[in-house]
Amino acid sequence: MDLTPTPEMLAFRDEVRGFLKARAGDFAAGQAKDVFAWQRLLIEHGYAARTIPKAYGGYGAEPDILKSRIIAEEFIAASAPRGMAGQGISMLVPTLLEVGSEEQKTRWIGPTLRGEIIWCQGYSEPGAGSDLASLQTKAIEDGKDFLISGSKIWTSTAAQAQMMFCLVRTEPDAAKHEGISYVLIPMNTPGIEVRPLKTMTGSAEFNEVFFTDVRVAQDQVVGGRGRGWFVANATLKHERGMLGDPNATEARLGALIELMRSEVVDGQRIIDNPVFRDRLMQLQGRVMAMKFNGLRLISAQLSQEPVGVAGLVVKLQGCELNHQIAALAIDALGELGILYHDGPHLRARGTWQRNYMFDLGLIIGGGTAQIQKNIISERGLGMPREPKPAVL
Amino acid sequence: MLQESLSRTLADASPLDRVRKFAGDLKDPAKDVWAALADFGLPGIVIPEEHGGLGLTLLDAALASEALGRAVAPVPFMGVVLAPLALIGGGTAAQQVEWLPKLAAGEVTAAVAISEAVAGTREGAGVTAKGGKLSGKALFVPGGMAAGLIIVADAKGGLHLVRGDAAGLSRSLMLNIDETRRLAELTFDNVVAEPLSGGPALLGRLRDAGWVLIAADSLGACDAMLEKAVAYAKERRQFGRVIGSYQAVKHMCAEMVAEIEPCRALVWYAAYAFDAVPEEGSLTAAHAKALTSEVGRFVARTSTEVHGGMGITDLLGLHFWFKRLGLNRQLLGGPERVREIAARLQGLAA
Repeated sequence: MDLTPTPEMLAFRDEVRGFLKARAGDFAAGQAKDVFAWQRLLIEHGYAARTIPKAYGGYGAEPDILKSRIIAEEFIAASAPRGMAGQGISMLVPTLLEVGSEEQKTRWIGPTLRGEIIWCQGYSEPGAGSDLASLQTKAIEDGKDFLISGSKIWTSTAAQAQMMFCLVRTEPDAAKHEGISYVLIPMNTPGIEVRPLKTMTGSAEFNEVFFTDVRVAQDQVVGGRGRGWFVANATLKHERGMLGDPNATEARLGALIELMRSEVVDGQRIIDNPVFRDRLMQLQGRVMAMKFNGLRLISAQLSQEPVGVAGLVVKLQGCELNHQIAALAIDALGELGILYHDGPHLRARGTWQRNYMFDLGLIIGGGTAQIQKNIISERGLGMPREPKPAVL
Repeated sequence: MLQESLSRTLADASPLDRVRKFAGDLKDPAKDVWAALADFGLPGIVIPEEHGGLGLTLLDAALASEALGRAVAPVPFMGVVLAPLALIGGGTAAQQVEWLPKLAAGEVTAAVAISEAVAGTREGAGVTAKGGKLSGKALFVPGGMAAGLIIVADAKGGLHLVRGDAAGLSRSLMLNIDETRRLAELTFDNVVAEPLSGGPALLGRLRDAGWVLIAADSLGACDAMLEKAVAYAKERRQFGRVIGSYQAVKHMCAEMVAEIEPCRALVWYAAYAFDAVPEEGSLTAAHAKALTSEVGRFVARTSTEVHGGMGITDLLGLHFWFKRLGLNRQLLGGPERVREIAARLQGLAA
């Protein structure tokens, strides 16, 4: 694991730093003044959409994980906004690059990267959560089109999105995993209804989406009819990497340390209370371990070695840590931690309270902790799968 | 590669039966195991080549330590690494020439007595230096019974070199729960000592290296316990199925590996940082020691439970790893103490 910087990497770091210094007027407090202009600028310089081919609207660089890491570090250091994220860029684009048709790549990737199209993901259904492959939203052939009926749940950004990438059952007679197709659906198609799904945070971070005879052209299928399950699995891999991101966790730990240094009870700073301090140090050790686990994954990818089970634990451990960091913050706040609405005593606009609740959702979403443990033990440790029950 | 070939050497020279014999016979010095490791070059792992060693880094030593923990090898290792680091960092050229070649060849073994300085003083222990002579007691010295060279920390953080045959030095065995390692209680009664330069800063380096080695040993022991649990769960049948097909059992295994893998990255990084990124060395070493202590306790218990009743028998021998992890947790400071030092290192505690 040699991470000593080479002269090329040092020069690259200077280049990123120089860019951020020259463009310091384009953003403030981590927000771009014009998000679309900023996104185009980042793509132009290779700080967003870095490895996406130029032909599809990206920057067209060879994958270089060290350079990507340098970009991430310098943007954090300068409190500069990163490129746009969201499910279109993080999940759909890699999928199209892997299995999309030439027409689909040309049509969708560029505008998605530039933030002109917002996407939402239509996977989970009320009856298909952990057992996603049992999904029932059906697509019936009608000439050159499909007519789609059914419903989806846990759909983030469905209210803002222009498009959805969606799993539907196109082959009702095929085996469970083989009758599914991955289709791209314009959200303004007649027959789609979006209802906000309010969670315990008080906000509607998710939606329910209902389909009644929604007409979609058959050429909107990605990766072939009946291949949707395998196409979706490629995307889920991207989502799980996103959900356990150690850089985000490290930033939260930094905020927690600041909180514990500034909050005072009976004239004593929280950080000076040995019980709280030990809890903080326990979390810091775990955050550090996840950070170096991330570096190890990067260095394994660089040398094209298999990452093995170390990669499978990221979602489980990363989401758990985020939740625990928020929990300690609330405990450090004590009675102040029970405030949530605007008021003179509320800290950090209620972020810790919101994280504490929302992060529990992330432990469940994207594959529950229990599903993660199945994956870790079956794929990582080679343990036997749960036998199929004799009668369904 | 070093780790794999060391593991092969250990599989030949120190299989579990050999460990069991050592554990049951206090007169057995395990000279055969040591000889095999000396052939391998392990005693000289961090000793510079001009003194007959391999000239490797703490990362290599940590990988070796991991292999030793995995095999519950009955050899002291801390002194093998820490004594040369003390001589290189604080010894005179003459001291280096006298001791390093002998240590590298495995002719003489060394021990370090720094427990009081790192984990705190107990039972009235502690060593004071006056006029070139040491008096007092040092407890929990790994490999201290047989060492021909002892590096001793005094109560002010100064380091001293003591010859094994020095007048006034007496040793008694501290029988402990982990029978794969023998600890000594050393008593100094006006013992002639040669001071080493470097003071508390060098002591801090020895502490960091010690933490990393213990953490790596625990990591290896955790790997072994996980592996045994998974193998057992794939083989043992109850209610007509292998128990590893029950989620209640396989989730225990998933939880173990989910704890172990991030630890591995932390231990390796701490070992790498010791030489390559010294400003991060102490904090990462402290967290590596503290986290492997916590994870070690969890894995020791969980792996034993996966084995059911067999887990607690002497016959299976799983307890050798269980106890090794128990010793590693406390030696050079339990996790609470080490985390408090971690907080102090970053100015978060007074």
